[in-house]
Amino acid sequence: MPKVKIDGVELEVPAGLTVLQACELAGVEIPRFCYHDRLSIAGNCRMCLVEVKPGPPKPQASCALPVADKQEIFTQTPTVQKARKGVMEFLLINHPLDCPICDQGGECDLQDQAMAYGFDRSRYHENKRAVPDKELGPLVKTSMNRCIHCTRCIRFATEVAGVEQLGATGRGESMEVTTYVEQALATELSGNLVDLCPVGALTSKPYAFEARSWELTKTESVDVLDALGSNIRIDTRGAQVMRILPRLNDDVNEEWISDKTRHALDGLRHQRLDRPYVRTKGKLVEATWDEAFAAIAARLNGLEGSKIAAIAGDQCDAESMVALKDLMASLGSPNIDCRQDGARLDGPRGSYIFNAGVRGIDQAEAILLIGTNPRTESPVLNARIRKRYVHGNVAIASIGPAEDLTYPVERLGAGPATLRELVDGRLGFFEKLKGAKHPLIVVGMGALAREDGAAVLAMARELAEKLNAVREDWNGFAVLHTAAARVGGLDLGLVPGQDGRDVAGILEGCQKKEIEAVYLLAADEIDTTKLGKAFVIYQGHHGDAGAHRADVILPGAAYTEKPGIYVNTEGRVQIGRRAGYPPGDAREDWAILRALSERLGKTLPYDTLHQVRSRLVAVNKVFAAIDQQAPAAWGTFGTPGAISDAPFKSAVPNFYMTCPISRASKTMADCMASRAHLMAAE
Amino acid sequence: MASLDRTARAFLLSELVAGFALTLKYMFKPKVTVNYPYEKGPLSPRFRGEHALRRYPNGEERCIACKLCEAICPAQAITIEAEPRDDGSRRTTRYDIDMTKCIYCGFCQEACPVDAIVEGPNFEFSTETREELMYNKDKLLANGDRWETLIAANLHSEAAYR
Repeated sequence: MPKVKIDGVELEVPAGLTVLQACELAGVEIPRFCYHDRLSIAGNCRMCLVEVKPGPPKPQASCALPVADKQEIFTQTPTVQKARKGVMEFLLINHPLDCPICDQGGECDLQDQAMAYGFDRSRYHENKRAVPDKELGPLVKTSMNRCIHCTRCIRFATEVAGVEQLGATGRGESMEVTTYVEQALATELSGNLVDLCPVGALTSKPYAFEARSWELTKTESVDVLDALGSNIRIDTRGAQVMRILPRLNDDVNEEWISDKTRHALDGLRHQRLDRPYVRTKGKLVEATWDEAFAAIAARLNGLEGSKIAAIAGDQCDAESMVALKDLMASLGSPNIDCRQDGARLDGPRGSYIFNAGVRGIDQAEAILLIGTNPRTESPVLNARIRKRYVHGNVAIASIGPAEDLTYPVERLGAGPATLRELVDGRLGFFEKLKGAKHPLIVVGMGALAREDGAAVLAMARELAEKLNAVREDWNGFAVLHTAAARVGGLDLGLVPGQDGRDVAGILEGCQKKEIEAVYLLAADEIDTTKLGKAFVIYQGHHGDAGAHRADVILPGAAYTEKPGIYVNTEGRVQIGRRAGYPPGDAREDWAILRALSERLGKTLPYDTLHQVRSRLVAVNKVFAAIDQQAPAAWGTFGTPGAISDAPFKSAVPNFYMTCPISRASKTMADCMASRAHLMAAE
Repeated sequence: MASLDRTARAFLLSELVAGFALTLKYMFKPKVTVNYPYEKGPLSPRFRGEHALRRYPNGEERCIACKLCEAICPAQAITIEAEPRDDGSRRTTRYDIDMTKCIYCGFCQEACPVDAIVEGPNFEFSTETREELMYNKDKLLANGDRWETLIAANLHSEAAYR
């Protein structure tokens, strides 16, 4: 390991680092614009100049200079300070003085560094250059006069997002960052461009001029719009969620989030349920909590347990799901399910989580995607696979829908028959998987949420065991979920009990009048027309499909409005925090179930959030370990059986609208229209 | 001896005479009081009175919703909401000042990059109800229109010192 001296302090740093990274290790701050941890090195902003000995007698760009043994680095000498001041002055020559109307104002790298390293007046009296703004779709607003040509956006689009649509034209003063053809970016990660831009050239369009960074209250939370559980920061002003930003977590989302995570928040303002409703004479009428509970009690009291059913939705927190489970148990009902899409998953924990972890993707040498389109199901995870591809030496194949995943994928086939061939070793890709030290088998909901899902699951297990992919140091069997609540629900055992019915069974029972009351806990993705004449209680936050059909509506809280525990697809237990209160009379979901249970004479034994969480841990120990991914139990699961010829379909055909929140969002509708326009143009 | 002196002064009413003399002196000096509603004292061009939102000569409002005044206001009397106007420019949809909170420190006009919010020369804006002191954007713009000539002159005369 090379030994370097930074500002007189000797330090041993890992080989291969750049001088800038070494300085960071030493705790010395180097100003920079173009350098970014997760992007390739460009070295074009020249802000990170330092003096290095031995070396030429001039300042050098530290971001692009590897450390060498016995190097001496000076970051505070007069030469360096003068160099920084000079670079700053050059950058500001063409940068407009429009901080007051710029959305980046208050959180702008250029603003901050101009204060720290710049000069307080300009010597440039000529005209500043003017650059036409570009059209980058409904999420990114451009103001290209402000661009300082750091090329972070270009590198992000090319390297991380995998869309080679951004680039630079011209040289020197006439350099412009552009899309070449005026069109929106065809990526689900475009919101991250706004975070990356160190100036205000790229800003958020839906958030334009809405708030200043200093007005916002920041709450650290977890995203529930896909199953990855991206770590997010919710920025609120008063009661309103103004924007959502990613939070750093190398194990989950690095520092990216998808456009849906970031921009579906305007859905939180529309179509909200803010008071209870009771259906009288065929119409939903506003009611008080008391009246709503009375209506439920009148219907449920005396009803046999087997005639009651409950379905938990895709974005429920673990607290409300355990309360639902306990309530159903006390009512004597075995009919409970959390798998709205009908996924055939109920085995040991290892059978339904992404065992390898998101970090495991970085290690894998061969990746097989079965019935999944990670690009729509979890764009950030897809970017991780792309990162693995960019690092090279990996074979990726897919059985399922043919989609552009932003990296080359060998398409083996479309349906379970191909998987059978692969398991039997009749396809060439089997050898590649066999040869890999860390093979990764990603099974999507497109393969499991179907009639022969259990058989497909059994085949996937067989494949994993044949490849020796499940062993002490590596578990390459990975299930990619689409619902944030799914793993939590399975951990809590929200699956049919003895003689219980699953979702399909419940709906069938409703039509045959064998089920008379159904409790929908924010469950909107089922076919509500099949609920027949059953008495439907809907508890949720949006007036979506479930609320439309309901006989009693209990207004609950959305994920930003309640403290909740969510388990992501890797089985990582994460805590979401409350950023605001639910609107009107709406309440936290577990508390509603607790209050209802009292009214039904089956009081649940917890009164505080702490007690509910203790109950979670009592039901399943995994809830005790927050933000950890532990090896999961393995066993025999899946049911070998007949397979159909039907090809696997993606579980998320439309990335932008997957849940009540995103369906109520105007921004998401705009994105959809823009994407449709783009597709039509191609 | 001292007590004799004091007694003599008391009997000769010397303090009374001194008092009357002072009164008599001021009778011949120019008066400092003004007949207030009809006459007013001089005001500094830097006087910080009632707030106003100014416009450009072409009628366009100056305020660009940068929210610096809101940020600097030590009494948190200013509330601003903004969104893009139809032409894409950054404008306020709401600009409220709670005049009962305001401490007339003048930080808002110092923070303003476009001289939009100013404290004008008007100090006669007492009201009969508290509600009338919750100024909104219309009221502030109307103030600006009413006092523009004076405000512009004051700003011009002080420009050299800012």
